[in-house]
Amino acid sequence: MLDPRVIHRVLRNPAAVISAVFLSAMALACVVVPSFMPATLGEPGPLQYAPPSWEHPFGTDLNGRDVLYRVLTGGRISLLVGICGAAVALFIGTGWGLVAGYAGGRVDAVMMRVVDVLYSVPRLIFILIAINAFNAGLQGWAASLGWEWLVGSSRIAILIVTLGVIEWLTMARIVRGQVLSLKERQFVTAARALGQSHPRIVLGHLLPNLAGIILIYLTLTIPAVIIDESFLSFLGLGIQAPQASWGSLLADGAGAINPVRSFWWLLVFPATAMASTLLALNFLGDALRDAIDTRVG
Amino acid sequence: MVAELIKRLCAMAIVLFCVVTITFLLIRVSPGGPFDGERKIPPEIERQLLAKYKLDGSLWQQYSGYLADLVRGDLRLSTKYRNRSVNEILAQTLPVTLVLGVAAFLIAVVGGVWLGTVAAMGRRTWRDHTAMFAALAAISLPSYITGPLLILLFALTLGWLPAGGWGGVSHLILPALTLGAPAAAVIARLMRGSMVETLEMDFVRTARAKGLGETAVVYRHALRIAILPVVSYLGPLAAHLLTGSIVVETVFHIPGAGGFFVHSIMNRDGFLLGGMVIVYCLLLVAFNLLVDLAYGLLDRRIKSHA
Repeated sequence: MLDPRVIHRVLRNPAAVISAVFLSAMALACVVVPSFMPATLGEPGPLQYAPPSWEHPFGTDLNGRDVLYRVLTGGRISLLVGICGAAVALFIGTGWGLVAGYAGGRVDAVMMRVVDVLYSVPRLIFILIAINAFNAGLQGWAASLGWEWLVGSSRIAILIVTLGVIEWLTMARIVRGQVLSLKERQFVTAARALGQSHPRIVLGHLLPNLAGIILIYLTLTIPAVIIDESFLSFLGLGIQAPQASWGSLLADGAGAINPVRSFWWLLVFPATAMASTLLALNFLGDALRDAIDTRVG
Repeated sequence: MVAELIKRLCAMAIVLFCVVTITFLLIRVSPGGPFDGERKIPPEIERQLLAKYKLDGSLWQQYSGYLADLVRGDLRLSTKYRNRSVNEILAQTLPVTLVLGVAAFLIAVVGGVWLGTVAAMGRRTWRDHTAMFAALAAISLPSYITGPLLILLFALTLGWLPAGGWGGVSHLILPALTLGAPAAAVIARLMRGSMVETLEMDFVRTARAKGLGETAVVYRHALRIAILPVVSYLGPLAAHLLTGSIVVETVFHIPGAGGFFVHSIMNRDGFLLGGMVIVYCLLLVAFNLLVDLAYGLLDRRIKSHA
């Protein structure tokens, strides 16, 4: 996996360490804390648009729901989609890059041309259409199998898969570049001379050497997927009420500021939670990348 | 050169064909028709409506009919905004989106190149660190966070700029900044990396040895080479801005094409949605071709100089 020297170098970078600690705290808060809060906080209540107070540290929204509770449960969904979507992207991107780089020649040229074309097409727009096209179908299918959990979270499942399907391009490019240089190395030549099969060389020799760089781009893909998810939810086409993610909370917040009266806490708290998480993820990813690739900077 | 161009144009046609087919299929497999409302429509009227909007016949007949219309440049009628054609709606809204997009594009390119160059010149100094921190922050802050916050600050609290709408230059500043800033940040990071490498090249040493000032060395000599990675990023950048403008137009209540995009999905307005996707892709593919040609010319000039 990662070289101990790389980990040492990351640990000496204060921004990276703070980011890692912050991310762990945020993830823990989103996953654990809402379970200890009274569930009624997420239910509509009589207290509309109450400003932050001791009872409701982040205030309440239009329906009298506690904003802190909503930010934390929304973070659960945002982080879940981000991590799982990035995992899907990692799977596709690594496979694509491995095959293209290892096969080389014409196969490589065609596969990378596909990546180039996809880069310049507005991919998110197709996702907008695809979610609506497939959601009812998935719900019907899940209901016929009796999978109640999937009926309720069909949109989350679709978001994870579709966002993974559009965010793998960078991963594919990076992996291919690495494979191109790795496959000329002596240990690969030796493996080939020993008569090992292609799958064996790719999975047994190339993949372990790619683990570090894949991990780094995983940290950089998670914020990209979180941003995509909140983009869709902000437009009202991703996560649907009563479920919420950071994106849909931001949409509520953006709707609650106007020249007459601004309920700023609806906007500022979700924005801070999301922005700081994205910043920390990007910081950590950058620090890891710099630690492996000392040539840059 | 001509052979290359023909090859690229053919590739462009194939990409567009795929886009049209995928869009058509996605819209047709979406559940619910455009005329499903609260009230049930009598069957004869529904049949007439379907015939008027060319939604009758088999899937294959509809598809081939749609392709034929597209080739003639007809994007058909919107099923929601009755009696308005998609061409009409796009003719009204697309210019607004393009003005916003071009403004954000300029901010991104000029701001990003400048920021990246400043960072590279002051490598490992406070300037570098500040510029790169700003860039990372801008990348981490999507437009639906910065947009409302900018409105809250500059429009509602300070009252310097309008909170939304469309009209003069003052309406353009906040949305263009919101849309352009993350792109400027990506360019700044690209630019810094490539400028750092370029400044170590031999011809830069020669220019310095001639006694040229550092500003002249960087802006007159190194910039030409260092900007190449930025040029190859312009294609993805345009796709990014076009997608991003959907959100920015929603946040700032700008009467561009973005609002119609979102509503056409919610209203199951298939031809409007399809028309917009196709026109967006056509614009992007054409722009990419231009960028590639420009890159080829730039690159060749550099190679012939070297």
